[in-house]
Amino acid sequence: MHMTGKPVLTVAILIFMLWGMIGAAQESHVGNLVGNAKRGKALYERYCIFCHGPTGDGRGESAPYLDPKPRDFTKAVFKCRSTASGSLPLDIDLYNTITRGVHASGMPSWRPLLRQERVDMVAYIKTFSPAFKEEKPGQPVTIPTEPPDSPDSIARGAALFQSLNCWSCHGKDGRGHGPSAASLTDSQGNPITPFDFTSGTHFKCGQSDQDMFRDLVTGLDGTPMPSFAAAMKPDQMWDVVHYIRTLSTSKKHAEPKDQTDGQ
Amino acid sequence: MGSVIRKRLGLDLLILVTLFAWAQTAYGIPAFARKYGLPCSACHEAWPMLNNFGQTFKDNGYQLGNGRDAPIYQEPAYWPVMFRTTPVWHRESNNRQAVDSVAGNGGSGQIESTVTTSGFDLLGVDMITAGTLYQNISFFVQPFIGNSSISLQQAWTRLDNLAGSHWLNLKVGKFELDQPISQERSLILNNTGGIYYNYFFTPPGDNNFFQGIGFPQLGAELSGHSENDHTRYSVAVLSDSNGSPNSPSNQGYNVYANFNQAFEVPWFGKQEVGAYGYFGESPTFFQTSGGAPLPGTGTGNRGLYRAGVYGHWFVDKFDFYTFYLHGYDNVFLGNSVPSNQPSSLPFGAVAPVWNGGFVEGHYNPTPRWIVIGRYELNRMSRQANPNIRGDLGNVDIWTVGYRWYPIMSPRAGFAWTQEYSHASNAGAAPLSGKDDTHSSVLMGFDFDF
Repeated sequence: MHMTGKPVLTVAILIFMLWGMIGAAQESHVGNLVGNAKRGKALYERYCIFCHGPTGDGRGESAPYLDPKPRDFTKAVFKCRSTASGSLPLDIDLYNTITRGVHASGMPSWRPLLRQERVDMVAYIKTFSPAFKEEKPGQPVTIPTEPPDSPDSIARGAALFQSLNCWSCHGKDGRGHGPSAASLTDSQGNPITPFDFTSGTHFKCGQSDQDMFRDLVTGLDGTPMPSFAAAMKPDQMWDVVHYIRTLSTSKKHAEPKDQTDGQ
Repeated sequence: MGSVIRKRLGLDLLILVTLFAWAQTAYGIPAFARKYGLPCSACHEAWPMLNNFGQTFKDNGYQLGNGRDAPIYQEPAYWPVMFRTTPVWHRESNNRQAVDSVAGNGGSGQIESTVTTSGFDLLGVDMITAGTLYQNISFFVQPFIGNSSISLQQAWTRLDNLAGSHWLNLKVGKFELDQPISQERSLILNNTGGIYYNYFFTPPGDNNFFQGIGFPQLGAELSGHSENDHTRYSVAVLSDSNGSPNSPSNQGYNVYANFNQAFEVPWFGKQEVGAYGYFGESPTFFQTSGGAPLPGTGTGNRGLYRAGVYGHWFVDKFDFYTFYLHGYDNVFLGNSVPSNQPSSLPFGAVAPVWNGGFVEGHYNPTPRWIVIGRYELNRMSRQANPNIRGDLGNVDIWTVGYRWYPIMSPRAGFAWTQEYSHASNAGAAPLSGKDDTHSSVLMGFDFDF
């Protein structure tokens, strides 16, 4: 039996397209760097596998002893994103989390790794969930210019902190022991502790005011921390950010940081 | 004269070989793996050799900076202690050694012969306790339990991130110098190639308190680094005691400095260059009482230095260290003559000068396997005493080996190692003045927990 030239060409194009889709899914893009999942796999096995597990499900050898538990990459649910709640993160979001680490958890900053290595890791992490092949990540949220920090802004933020029930988890003094705190769990059913705003300025998804603003807009998916995008206007979010800053015992504010600088 | 120097050189080489025992104090620290839940491979290219993440962790004062570094976050039962030992089989062969012509008869005269030994052995036990006393206060204590002695290799405390800056850290105590390639973390364990020879070399006939940058020293070190550790510096002020507590040779101080800069090169990876230097003095004589030197009263200090450059080059799964050293000792040190007796200097005496270096390559396809090759040499440029044969002290050493890590966990480390080293020492045969050679074969288990 002989195939005519046309079906052969069609099959070849289909194979090429399929290969291209798979290839694209195993890549990541951060700035001008392109991540390679194969190289990322080798790095994952060196650095990540003992916590996140061989299949990326967060059940590595060390996982039982860690609190909070390592992220389950197969669910494609990530706390720190620049995209709206419920959507996939951008490659740069995953890269920033790897670079920055997650404060008060077992996840350290991997900034000592080369930028290319971190981008390769992102490419491999994306292979754990089909969502990265089937869906596109959301659009990054817009962060407007921060208005001046003032006593009025702080007072408005304090009122919002009360009226929006932030205190029920984070506590009236921001120490993370509100009345709901003890019963909170993450999306994997593990107990989770609300952030203690008095502990410093190392928030989970960045230290700057802009990072805090973004957290309020996007929420932290996989945790009880919801998005407040519909509940507050941007100016109100800045007010809350300014108020939360007053809860910290450290008054040193971090400036927005470009995580891609490698320094 | 030449025979005396050769015997002295032979003694020096013997001392060098005994340094091997110290060289066995290389370590990885599973106590940190247990603390943070990370595997050995997170911090080590292949333990005990650090990768950049591990070096950053070390430079941060054994802190990850994830808010869980202070002891208060650890289970009360956590004890930051680790042990390491290395049961091995090894064979040593040293040719042209001076032996009695009739074994057991000391009066039968000496001849040169090959001395070969082999058998199972144990390379002592390392015990390390290290970590943080509080956030940004770290410590390190390392006793070494040899087969017949116990010594304190290192003991220091460090104030980290002073003024909130990575660039300011102050360490005080007895510590390993910030060497270009850590002697403590050598992947080679055997008698012949288990040390970086250049780190411990002193010229034939030299009598210098400072024995090389390979020894831990007593003093204070100021150091700093960029957040990703690609830029690093350290400056240490050290007592002139070669790291021996309770016995400073005099009241002088030496200075050691190291600087390195790394770059990320597309397709190749990290590339690093650096420069280092040790500048100091050593006494040439002591105040005496009844002819016996009084400790700490060394005087007649004369200068010395060791300086050089180095690089660490990555090409995918291969990496290469390149190291160069230039050494200089004052003429009085080089000839073992007190500086208050210049007439005792031999005719034509000059300050000894030498150059050395090595290339060490690794192939590290997986965290569980590493192949090692090293070639090291030393060349005397100028002997202190013109009567000494010009190439006495020259040495060529090459080593090949591999380490395999069949298990790797955040609790313990276990490695199988096999290695072979060969050294050729120009003119060092004690009787004939010919070149002598040493070779070592070593295989065994290396584990820490």
